[in-house]
Amino acid sequence: MADSSEALLETPLAALHRELGGRMVPFAGYSMPVQYPAGIMAEHLQCRASAALFDVSHMGQAELVGEGAAAALERVTPADVQGLKPGRQRYGLLTMEDGGILDDFMVANLGDRLFLVVNASRKHLDLPRIAAVLPAGVALKPLPDRALIALQGPGAVAAIATLAPGIAGLSFMGVGSFEIAGVPALVSRSGYTGEDGVEVSVPAERAEAFARALLALPGVQAAGLGARDSLRLEAGLCLYGNDIDETTSPVEAALTWTIGKRRRTEWNFPGADRVREELANGTRRLRVGIRPEGRQPARGHTPVHAPGGAAIGEITSGGFGPSLNGPMAMGYVAREHAADGTALELMVRGKALPARVAPTPFVPHRYAR
Amino acid sequence: MSDTKFTKDHEWVRLDGGIATVGITDHAQNALGDVVFVDLPEAGRMVAAGEAVAVVESVKAASDVYAPIAGKIVEVNAALADNPGTINSAPTTDGWFFRIEPADAAEIATLMDEAAYAAYVDTLA
Repeated sequence: MADSSEALLETPLAALHRELGGRMVPFAGYSMPVQYPAGIMAEHLQCRASAALFDVSHMGQAELVGEGAAAALERVTPADVQGLKPGRQRYGLLTMEDGGILDDFMVANLGDRLFLVVNASRKHLDLPRIAAVLPAGVALKPLPDRALIALQGPGAVAAIATLAPGIAGLSFMGVGSFEIAGVPALVSRSGYTGEDGVEVSVPAERAEAFARALLALPGVQAAGLGARDSLRLEAGLCLYGNDIDETTSPVEAALTWTIGKRRRTEWNFPGADRVREELANGTRRLRVGIRPEGRQPARGHTPVHAPGGAAIGEITSGGFGPSLNGPMAMGYVAREHAADGTALELMVRGKALPARVAPTPFVPHRYAR
Repeated sequence: MSDTKFTKDHEWVRLDGGIATVGITDHAQNALGDVVFVDLPEAGRMVAAGEAVAVVESVKAASDVYAPIAGKIVEVNAALADNPGTINSAPTTDGWFFRIEPADAAEIATLMDEAAYAAYVDTLA
């Protein structure tokens, strides 16, 4: 969270958020809508039932251009970037020399360049980190003048495809350039809700007109950061700063799948020594899904105990899942307590709340694979 | 609701037949958002004014609910366990939290009346 004495930044959709009655809160240095008048529950269910529009323009966008850009990016990530085909996007981690996670990010191969999306709260660290490892001939170009708008839900692609039919031809993690309602847009079929949908990068000065065009489509409603958080947690997706950070490794975070197969033979990424050792010998703790019994949520930082016993971990994200119709959480527990179904106790306000380790996602993904 | 009193913690209190009924205000439920769970005190518990005695959880966050006056909890609204959304839909009627037998009923008179509470809420905007 930014120092509250600093002026908050606004996205290109700030005026639209106010017009829609958005309740604005500080997030990663930006003034962002946590919800609109419909409320988090309704906005969440709207996304699962039809389509929800999210402003995620606070996130960092950048391009990496030049011969050898993919190999250069691999100096700061264990993801397989060189193997990413044109028109495809991949999720990855930026790792640190000690094996901690600097950030998580998306990278797309646009043919003549790479397109990156990083977290708002980390872009001030990520971009200099990437720039520092680039060889001559490869340039990192931040794109502060672009907005990012997500349209998510089972009706999202059908809705936006009425404006640009080609979007329906993308598969999950496919990317392409389209003109949508007269606005040049970079579209990826991806998101942070577990639903089918798209994230669309557009020029900042066209963002409001673009968002209005989407909101005018049947079945589309605006949703805020509150619903985005409950949707991503139901989908079992990590939030940087909660579930992963500079102290957690990719193996502890159960994100080993983001490490390219080739990278696991080369071991030439930051933190490779720790990752290699942890893959060989296991970690002391693991990130797991957790289902509290009953209806009481357990929030982030709730201590996790073995039943009647010692502290074995901590909740990193927790809340109530509107589609799950029950409480849900994720957190780190000692490895011997990490198997699905293991009984746990969550210490909520001094009382032990029974819970179990549970597989994620809590609500099945519905990607267009 | 002219006989209803209010606290700065956004509880309302209404005295009827020597027993004070307590809930959270419309402003509070609106700020919290959709309520999904409420943790109520045990009947029979003695509480001090300002003591945290209940917890209300929305999708977004957990918030304490305080005893507006000292006394004994004599009843809790058990219907909220199955229907916590009543706190959103009817915060000042069916969405009540608990009833207190006041240690000193005069304590209620020291709380804000509706106009004073409305003015207080305006200062928070």
